[in-house]
Amino acid sequence: MSRLKLSGLSKRFGAFLAVDGIDLELQSGEFVSLLGPSGCGKTTTLRMIAGFVDPTLGTIEMDGQVLSSPAGSIPPDRRQMSMIFQSYAIWPNMTVEQNVAFGLELRRIPDAEVKRRVGEMLEVVHMNHLADRYPAELSGGQQQRVALARAIVIRPSVLLLDEPLSNLDATLREEMRFEIRRLHDEFRVTTVYVTHDQAEAMVTSDRIAVMNHGHIEQVDHPRALYNNPKTRFVAGFIGRTNFIEGTSDGSEISFDGFALPRSAFERDVPSQGKAVFSVRPHSMRLSSVPSTARDGCTSIGVIVLERAFLGEHWDYVVKSREGALTLKVTTSPLDDFAVGAAAWLEFEPRHMASIA
Amino acid sequence: MTDNSLDVRAVQFSGIASRLRRLDASILLWLALIALLAFLVLNPILRLIISSLQETDSGRLTFANYRVAYGNVRHLQALANSLELGIGVALLATCFGVPIAWAISRTDMPGKAFIRLMVFAAFVTPPYLGAIGWILLAGPNSGWLNRVWMALTGAGHGIFNIYSMTGLIVVIAVTSFPYTFVFTSSALDLVSSEMEDAANILGARTLRTTLRITLPLVTPAIIGGIIISFLEAIALFGAPALIALPARFNVVSTQLWQFFEYPVRVEEAAAYAMPLLAITILMFWLQRRILGRRGYTSVTGKGGERRMIALGPWRWVMLGYALLVCALSVFLPMLVLLQAAFAKAWGRGFSIDNLTFHNFYYLLAEQTQAKQTILNTFVYSAVTAFAAISLSLAIAYVVSRKLVPWSNVLAFLCVAPFVVPGIVLAIGFYAAYAPPPLALYGTATILILGFTTRFLPIAYTSSAAGLRSINPEMEEAVRILGGSRLLAIRKVLIPLLKKSLAGAWILVFIPATRELSSAVFLVGPNTRVISVMLFDLSEEGNFEVLSALGVILLIATVAIAGIGSKIIGRDFMLRRS
Repeated sequence: MSRLKLSGLSKRFGAFLAVDGIDLELQSGEFVSLLGPSGCGKTTTLRMIAGFVDPTLGTIEMDGQVLSSPAGSIPPDRRQMSMIFQSYAIWPNMTVEQNVAFGLELRRIPDAEVKRRVGEMLEVVHMNHLADRYPAELSGGQQQRVALARAIVIRPSVLLLDEPLSNLDATLREEMRFEIRRLHDEFRVTTVYVTHDQAEAMVTSDRIAVMNHGHIEQVDHPRALYNNPKTRFVAGFIGRTNFIEGTSDGSEISFDGFALPRSAFERDVPSQGKAVFSVRPHSMRLSSVPSTARDGCTSIGVIVLERAFLGEHWDYVVKSREGALTLKVTTSPLDDFAVGAAAWLEFEPRHMASIA
Repeated sequence: MTDNSLDVRAVQFSGIASRLRRLDASILLWLALIALLAFLVLNPILRLIISSLQETDSGRLTFANYRVAYGNVRHLQALANSLELGIGVALLATCFGVPIAWAISRTDMPGKAFIRLMVFAAFVTPPYLGAIGWILLAGPNSGWLNRVWMALTGAGHGIFNIYSMTGLIVVIAVTSFPYTFVFTSSALDLVSSEMEDAANILGARTLRTTLRITLPLVTPAIIGGIIISFLEAIALFGAPALIALPARFNVVSTQLWQFFEYPVRVEEAAAYAMPLLAITILMFWLQRRILGRRGYTSVTGKGGERRMIALGPWRWVMLGYALLVCALSVFLPMLVLLQAAFAKAWGRGFSIDNLTFHNFYYLLAEQTQAKQTILNTFVYSAVTAFAAISLSLAIAYVVSRKLVPWSNVLAFLCVAPFVVPGIVLAIGFYAAYAPPPLALYGTATILILGFTTRFLPIAYTSSAAGLRSINPEMEEAVRILGGSRLLAIRKVLIPLLKKSLAGAWILVFIPATRELSSAVFLVGPNTRVISVMLFDLSEEGNFEVLSALGVILLIATVAIAGIGSKIIGRDFMLRRS
């Protein structure tokens, strides 16, 4: 039985359908991210899991028990969860130690035990030397660590994080991503993490649920999500990509200016009619001579339209010589092609993901 | 892995029952709050309107009250006088407030901090104390200014007569110009220097830039200030009663007061109060329309970089003007008030043998009624501040957390008294709660209730602002860790709100200690407050004791305001919320 189960979960605010029929299951100890642009319903979903918002339709179950349903919900303070807020919500009227001890004291744990566990927890997040400080005297990153300590010390049934890194600067954000994953590896708390930053989701998560317009587009492991996006939205949201359209006649897919055998693709391609593929810019090769045809691969002649040198790589925009295909291509910094130069672009079918 | 076994089972009652239970609780809460507000706000206003349409004894529907109220030339004249007064004060206050606001906000005029302090002093001085100061200054012949004039010119008569419409306009304008000042300066503070630079670079000089760019940008704010000083002037009771009555003319507020002379004619007073209520509501609506207008986006946005305009020698001229206004509103009236408070007879002037502490001794020790009055004032004001803030905080919380349906109705009722002049509200309270069954006339309760309603908007605005400054996540963090809502309020919300609640308390307490226009209708023989006693003393002409009492009130006000600025920062009362 899964630890947390969302079934057909929906939330309507007036005429606006914020969350539209979400199904998601988390195993115990799993770290799942809800990733999507702002307004996609990810925070509302998280707040329904926490119990701050009641669903309009659907249920939330934990270990088989219904927590939320349109008929009524268990209030947040009875769910044994904890949450990290976007603003951290560290109480400024309490010291670091008092903040972290708060949840334990509510559980009527003996003072000595509280003190020991708070001490251990602060050590884990490297904050024990600041235990007596007030939050106003801490940096953003330190407040974030206090928030983590306060949430984890009670050993919650589920840990919820609501864009916890969005208020930090870039360097600190990168550091805290690994810190969050490290704490997860240490405590194995079932975690739901809301973010709009794909890198954050990729670093921290076991699985990522990509959300758009209130529903889940795809739930998968980070690598699968990147390599095999199932929808146009997922392909475009996670990393940069090119969309190319082809027509399938059952044995061959013909594109604008070239064709590939249908059998060369690893994943299912429609047998008839239109097929759309996502091709990552760095999964194509740009070279000055046509490559020798390997199985399934094909090369087409292109002209370089634009280019930009970014240090670690080149970004090119190329156009096929026969046809109107325009593509973004990323190459190594050594592959130098002038604007207007003719070149060859090589496709590999296994790097082309057919999307719905 | 959870060591606290998850006891959701224990709280798993039937979903529908839980929903019902919660709905029940929130409806009860809503009912309780709406009942309180109906009692404090809705009922008095409704009673005012109803009794204006009722026959005195039978309670039958009639328009006779309106016929009596408006069928008299003197009554109509008082209405016209109020209009004249309001317009005069609004214009004069603008002439005082706008240039000073501009000089402080936009130029390098010296002594800004001092001028700001003096504007603040003018703001906390009750208008009736200013009026008393001005009676001492410009009373016919005996007033200080007249005596100086006669000594200088050898003339047989003074040239100033405070007992006139002009005198009344000046007195109210010098005490109410802080409104135009605050409105204008907070708008000016948001105008970026780049707006002026853009005009300068095209060839406009300072004067042209100011007149064509800066002032037009803040015009909505200036009009807002004009409207507020107009409303302030027509709603005041104290200053007109001290000046207009001896001058033998009436304004609406003094005319209303006369309806309350024996035999009390509440119904006619209610009918006569209607234009005042209507004009106030209309003007506030107008003000909102003007200030809420779009198009002046540079004023609503965040202020860009601001540099001060170098005035050159003109900065001394500006300072001179600012000092003149401060002299008229603070230095001169306070000087003569202090002199009278410490004098055996104020007319004998500034000399050692005229110096005495007896006036204070008389008030604080000899005269038991005065002691009681002073005590009443501070106790009622303190209780009022507690009541208004507790209620408004509860409502602000319920509204901001959307705990009940239709919570906006609660918020609206809380700020509704803002558009009801104090004097009108008092008549409503009198009509609603003075007669049986409650028969509260002459009790401390009716005063405190009346004050609470009167200052509920101030309390609500500052409580709501305080709440807004606290991220709801602070509370949610308590909830998700297992704390109840009440625990979150007790352990987190209240400690965090302490400062702003103290500020709100002071913001209610100070105006409550000086409130006259509603108090004068609601006090009984044993519940007199300082403002009413001052008014009574002025009728006896005992200016020395009266000044001493005024000084006591001022000292208390300044002390409390001082504590307030310590707690929540300088000139907290001058901020526009």
